[in-house]
Amino acid sequence: MLCEECGKRPATVHISKVINGVKSERHLCHECAQAQGQLSFMVEPTVTFHNLLAGLFEPGKGLKTAQAVKAPSRCPNCGLTFADFRRLGHLGCDECYDTFHAELEHLVKRIHGSTVHTGKVPVGRRDSAVYKQRELEKMRAALQQAVAKEEYEKAAELRDAIRRLERELGV
Amino acid sequence: MSLRDIISKTMSEWMKGTGPESDIVIGSRVRLARNLSGIPFPAVASDESLRRVVELVERATKQLESADRYEFVRLSEVPILERQLLIEKHLISPQHAEQVKHKAVVLRDDEAVSIMVNEEDHLRIQALFPGMQPHEAWALCSKVDDAYDAHLPYAFNEERGYLTACPTNVGTGMRASLMVHLPALAMTRQIPRVLQIVSQFGLAVRGLYGEGTEAQGNIFQFSNQVTLGRTEEEILQNLVDVTRQIIEQERQAREYVMSKNRGPLEDRVWRSYGILSNARSMTSQEAMQLLSDVRLGIDLGLVEGLEGRILQELLVTIRPAHLQRIMGRELEAPERDVFRASLIRERLKESGAEKNSV
Repeated sequence: MLCEECGKRPATVHISKVINGVKSERHLCHECAQAQGQLSFMVEPTVTFHNLLAGLFEPGKGLKTAQAVKAPSRCPNCGLTFADFRRLGHLGCDECYDTFHAELEHLVKRIHGSTVHTGKVPVGRRDSAVYKQRELEKMRAALQQAVAKEEYEKAAELRDAIRRLERELGV
Repeated sequence: MSLRDIISKTMSEWMKGTGPESDIVIGSRVRLARNLSGIPFPAVASDESLRRVVELVERATKQLESADRYEFVRLSEVPILERQLLIEKHLISPQHAEQVKHKAVVLRDDEAVSIMVNEEDHLRIQALFPGMQPHEAWALCSKVDDAYDAHLPYAFNEERGYLTACPTNVGTGMRASLMVHLPALAMTRQIPRVLQIVSQFGLAVRGLYGEGTEAQGNIFQFSNQVTLGRTEEEILQNLVDVTRQIIEQERQAREYVMSKNRGPLEDRVWRSYGILSNARSMTSQEAMQLLSDVRLGIDLGLVEGLEGRILQELLVTIRPAHLQRIMGRELEAPERDVFRASLIRERLKESGAEKNSV
């Protein structure tokens, strides 16, 4: 099929419009479609997370790229490279977080303003020392609050719980 | 309870118009992203890996405490129209309904919980509540999360938390959102300011159907941006605190238009009601705007005899897939507009609104 407009080039852009229930069709070549402004709404969105992400790793644009450049490393579990990550905008598997730990550090900081998780922990890991240490800190903060609010009963309970946990951790 | 029942039931729990602040907050949603250790994330995983994830989750679902309340459904076995219904009910995302090979969804009978399998992450656990109840939604999500945790090897490390395909979700993996109806702020042209302020406090604003969708009917979704370095409670508290400020602003704007512009406001509300109860053809965009006006009229006591929940109810039932389910066949867009108009007319006739005498 040739372009309806110029009649020379093959029609590669097919536009169907339905206005008030009336359907109309146009078949144009790329050039004529562009000239008529029919292509403008088809432009791929350029402001995406992935593009921004890739931009952040370009030299001179903020994030340190030294490690990223010298490391052609590949995730041993899924085979993803850091270049793949920059292109795709997502990682390949949980092990990628270890493989690209240093490279991700800056990015994670930039996105979240922080690099260390302080929230929920899976049931099976709540025995770990790191988690208990964090619980201890939370309880100490809660104790201070309870004292400030003169909630002495709650404060006493917290104090006992803190002592138990401290003994357990050998603090 | 089967998928069949969920598909044929029009009203979900969250549409019932209950819950705190329900005059402004339509609903609360919490979503947790979880992945399985050692298995590549869905976007890069092989068919074999994806099949394994589906099997593991299916098996884990059968072992849930109240397993009889949950149904596990492979999306490849769900016709496209029914997938569309699940999107319109906010039970799955639009992306999840595409390329459905090795994708699944787990639904709880009251539709308060849905779990997408092999979307961007292996698991996306979501809870949906009416009104301002983000803490309740989080508690339920977390409970379901613990139940799966007992049977699945979650991807987690102590420093980064729950590991997700995209680093924007890492840490808690939690996205909490509140759906809010802000007609008076829109009327007084304050929405751009609201959006700016909200983003300064670390919240993102989206339309009703998530990323990249427009705000229809003056309904906005506020959600947290940051998922790492704060606890779930801190994230929720920030969302609630900031949203409360906006609610307060909306209430003030409502008072303002009621005291300064009551005449024009009443005129607008009743004109919208007039169009809704008489029009013979209507796009969903137009319907949403008019319904927003009528809902405001209900909230301000200008319209009586009509329940506020008509907004969230029609919000879902006038969507293309719902219309087609009610009609029992596929409809072209112009046919849909005609049928949508008649559905709205009937619904309004049923309730019979009355003008509240001034």
